[in-house]
Amino acid sequence: MTEQTVAEKEEKKGRLEEPTPKLILTSSPHVLGEDSIERIMWSVVLALMPAALAGLYFFGWSALQVIVVCIASTLGAEALYQKISGHRVTIKDGSAAVTGVLLALTLPPGSPWWLSVIGGFFAIMICKQLYGGLGYNPFNPAMMARVFLLIAFPLQMTRWPVPHPIFSGIDAKTGATPLGDLQVARLTGKGIGKAAELNLGDAFIGNIGGSIGEVSALALLIGAAYLIYKQYITWHIPLSMIGAVMAFSGIFWMMKPDKYANPLFHLLTGGLILGAFFMATDMVTCPVTLKGQLIFGFGCGLITVIIRMWGGYPEGVSFAIVLMNIATPLIDMYTRPVRYGAKRVEGAG
Amino acid sequence: MWTIAGEGIHPIHEKRLTSSVALKDLKLPGKVVIPLSQHIGAPCEPLVKIGDSVRKYQKIGEAKGFVSVPVHASISGKVIAIGKFPHPSGNQSHSIVIESDGKDEPVEGLTEHPDYLKLDPKELKDIIVNAGIVGMGGATFPTHVKLNPPKEKKIDTVLLNGAECEPYLTADDRLMVEMPREVVEGMKILMHIMGVKEGHIGIEDDKPAAIEAMRKAVSGTGIRISVLEKKYPQGAEKQLIKSILGREVPSGGLPMDIGVVVQNVGTAVAVYHAVRYGIPLIERIVTVTGQGIQRPGNLRVRIGTLLDHVITECGGLVGEPGKILFGGPMMGIAQHTLHVPVLKGTSGILAIPKEDVLLEDFTACIRCGRCVQACPIRLLPNMYSVLAEAGKPKDAEKYYVLDCIECGCCTYVCPSRRPIVHQIRYIKAEMRKAKNKVA
Repeated sequence: MTEQTVAEKEEKKGRLEEPTPKLILTSSPHVLGEDSIERIMWSVVLALMPAALAGLYFFGWSALQVIVVCIASTLGAEALYQKISGHRVTIKDGSAAVTGVLLALTLPPGSPWWLSVIGGFFAIMICKQLYGGLGYNPFNPAMMARVFLLIAFPLQMTRWPVPHPIFSGIDAKTGATPLGDLQVARLTGKGIGKAAELNLGDAFIGNIGGSIGEVSALALLIGAAYLIYKQYITWHIPLSMIGAVMAFSGIFWMMKPDKYANPLFHLLTGGLILGAFFMATDMVTCPVTLKGQLIFGFGCGLITVIIRMWGGYPEGVSFAIVLMNIATPLIDMYTRPVRYGAKRVEGAG
Repeated sequence: MWTIAGEGIHPIHEKRLTSSVALKDLKLPGKVVIPLSQHIGAPCEPLVKIGDSVRKYQKIGEAKGFVSVPVHASISGKVIAIGKFPHPSGNQSHSIVIESDGKDEPVEGLTEHPDYLKLDPKELKDIIVNAGIVGMGGATFPTHVKLNPPKEKKIDTVLLNGAECEPYLTADDRLMVEMPREVVEGMKILMHIMGVKEGHIGIEDDKPAAIEAMRKAVSGTGIRISVLEKKYPQGAEKQLIKSILGREVPSGGLPMDIGVVVQNVGTAVAVYHAVRYGIPLIERIVTVTGQGIQRPGNLRVRIGTLLDHVITECGGLVGEPGKILFGGPMMGIAQHTLHVPVLKGTSGILAIPKEDVLLEDFTACIRCGRCVQACPIRLLPNMYSVLAEAGKPKDAEKYYVLDCIECGCCTYVCPSRRPIVHQIRYIKAEMRKAKNKVA
């Protein structure tokens, strides 16, 4: 900080015998907490590892390639941009690595390497650095990149290999995700179709089709529990987002169970858990107050359900989060905490 | 258990360095530098000239105005200088320098009052002003001003602050352990002055010995001990009131606006000594501590004793000095010289070795919201920080920056290491400048 100065001179003219040692001057407080951005970001990377490993287990080396290329791309894009623009290279702070892992976990296993590269560069260069870097981006870069890829490369983004646990020796086949099945059934007037046959146990451990990191609810929850335990995320956004999805899907399911999938189906398929614990909770792009975070999470959940039930895409988590990112400044404005002692004089001042 | 709900932090503790070290008198200094301004309000007028001989307890500076208190000689000796000397606030302050004659001779004829609870409140308040008593928790607000609310403000409760939530400091803790009776007698005097029946003493639950001693001392008096959760800034005046009484001091107002008078436990003892024995405030308990000090302890230090004398008597500094603070690590002021005097509000001296001083560059705000959740006034510190950095201090006004108590919670929790409190001080200074220009 700027005010670090050394002083010893002025009272020399006074009645001093010994010179004063050089002392450091800064503003209070003089002790700081232990958490740094670096520590938080690398902890998030660590917390995503169970999900990544689950992806590797269910989809084999094709998942590994996506993860490696995504991380390399986001780190490379960040370093490249900062080198060119003459800023300090900050890839050590872990934020680009988080974006890389998150992006990889939202891509289909076996997607081509160039898709990861485009996604990684788009996330870092367009969605983060162009806004001014970490802290200034209005949208979650990984989510934005996924939305971009989904719109620009729909074919590659919806080719889903059937899970085949690693070393099982079965050749990769492609199939549909449970949410994809649901959408096809809905669009062809077949109610909920194959979605009714989904084994919830398989969906919980991750033995279903989907993006690399979204399939295993178990692995995601292990990582999420770690982040909550470390207080790097709070329960507010995940709970309100998942709660909103369960509540709204539950209402429709109770009214017409043959037409709408049940809430557990919505919980365990698609990217809800990944999005609720790891994407929507992105500090930079979610509201700062806990009340605001509850509203934010609720909005994410509501939009997710709307897209899943009536939208043109089978899955809506990434769209929901990006849309709610837009609302973050507004939510922050209307959820400002009532300051201590404000009640009595609010009218006067 | 009583606490501030939600807000606040749990910083490092480090009280074990001194929490069991008994009170001790510091060796008398060879000279003292007594600033004429040791309180919030107008400085005193000197009553002595260079060359005058003075005795301990002798009044050497007269209060000027209502919000002001006199100062007294803390040792006997000769006035050798009157002029500007370094002040712990970082400025120079008009001060009286007394060279000790080594005799520590008191003035004669101090007025004692064995039946002090029979005195008239008006008389008691006069004694308190004349004894130079100010808030000893650190804010140094003249005590008699707090005891003189305007007629329309009805006071119903006196709170005594023994929370001592600053890390490292144990001065109030030891005071309550070793002098519980004096604390209670001082409290009785304060309650008698205010004419109230309800009195609480708030103590954080990390001081079991103090809680026990105070519980014993208050038995039968009707004064209650409120055990508070150990949480910073539990002992900040507004937070203490909220925790114990559930009331909030209105923004921009004072505790008297909601019927409360808060005094520090050390102040209560000073009040008792002044009323009972006629002794003015010339010494206080100071926790001298930190990893940078040879022999940490809790010492009775004469007002005006210079920092280097205190440090020398505590065995000197360990290793290369980094920061030396007056006060605790959360709100203390870093000193630029060892030739600053201990004041009436100096609760601690903290020496931090150079290797423990964190000087990191800060990075952009990542909007994590930790400062918002930690703020005990429920403000938006992140906004102040960003606005200060953007050079828009004026815009911070609509975020109620003047309500900030500068407790430091926001800066403590910030993972981007942003100097938020410093930025808030910058904003406040800019606002003052702008206001002065208009006026």
